[in-house]
Amino acid sequence: MRVLLVDDEEELVSALGERLVLRDIEAEWFTTGSAALERAESGCFDLAVLDMKMPKIGGLELREKLLAKCPDMKFIFLTGYGSEKDFTSATAGGNTAVYLVKPVDIELLLEKMQTLFSNPRGDA
Amino acid sequence: MNTTLQKNKDTGLLFFGKVTASVTHDVKNSLATINENAGLLTDYAAMAARGKPLDPERVNALAVRIMDQVKRADALLKNMNRFAHSVDDSLKKVDLNEILQLLAALSVRFAAMCETTLDVRASSDPVEIETSPFGLLNALFLCLEFAMAAAGRGRSIDLRPEKTATGACVHFGPLPDAVISDQDPCLAASIDARLVKNTEAGTLTLIISDR
Repeated sequence: MRVLLVDDEEELVSALGERLVLRDIEAEWFTTGSAALERAESGCFDLAVLDMKMPKIGGLELREKLLAKCPDMKFIFLTGYGSEKDFTSATAGGNTAVYLVKPVDIELLLEKMQTLFSNPRGDA
Repeated sequence: MNTTLQKNKDTGLLFFGKVTASVTHDVKNSLATINENAGLLTDYAAMAARGKPLDPERVNALAVRIMDQVKRADALLKNMNRFAHSVDDSLKKVDLNEILQLLAALSVRFAAMCETTLDVRASSDPVEIETSPFGLLNALFLCLEFAMAAAGRGRSIDLRPEKTATGACVHFGPLPDAVISDQDPCLAASIDARLVKNTEAGTLTLIISDR
């Protein structure tokens, strides 16, 4: 599984990336949406784990831009807010998505990743 | 309750909610960073238990990251606590240097989302004024939101306090293209203040009267 991680908190996203790599998951991390989009130009990922609120390009906008390049990509959104509005926005639109509130237990994240691939609707 | 008073109260609640949501979001980020780095340490410990040698420098770097995040969360909560206590007194002598530092600290995330940086140009002397601390913070925050929108993305905004004969003022700039409409964007009247544009200096200035 190739996983793209994007969060403007570098010390968070780099540690999460390393933890996924230690679990034999092919993970690459970026701190801006534009850097992630540039990387996606050279190849698609299976899954993106995106922070909802980031300067310049937020998680929802980034999902739309990534989907334009990689229509089969799946998404997990991370947020510190946990508002109902965020949940509705993240899970709307017909694309498979999961919404998790920080801080996230890595076992839960791995479980959600597996769920997205075993149940493409992402509603398990 | 008259409509102006109700509007001021509603705006105050909105401001309180906005700041609380922003600060708690940052605290969550800090906790999430601690969570991942502590988790990485446990991953290393598990690998060491299976015979892979630990790199002391790497372990130390992760521990330092965690300590730094604890300091960050502590500063966030300290500022949030100061902000929460701003409603304690309806009238109090405050130093605008300190109020602007607090405002800037509470507004860092809003500024980052607007791709704006804030620079408090504190005066070497206290700039004291007697006013409603919460009302003042609310008015300054609304002025700052207005200033960030007027400045546009990728700009820096200076916040400079100054003592005046009748009280004090805060300059927001450089904002050469800002236009103030008839509608007061800062609820300045609620704290006996008014917002003016200084075309020559290219700044917006909130003039605050001493109560």
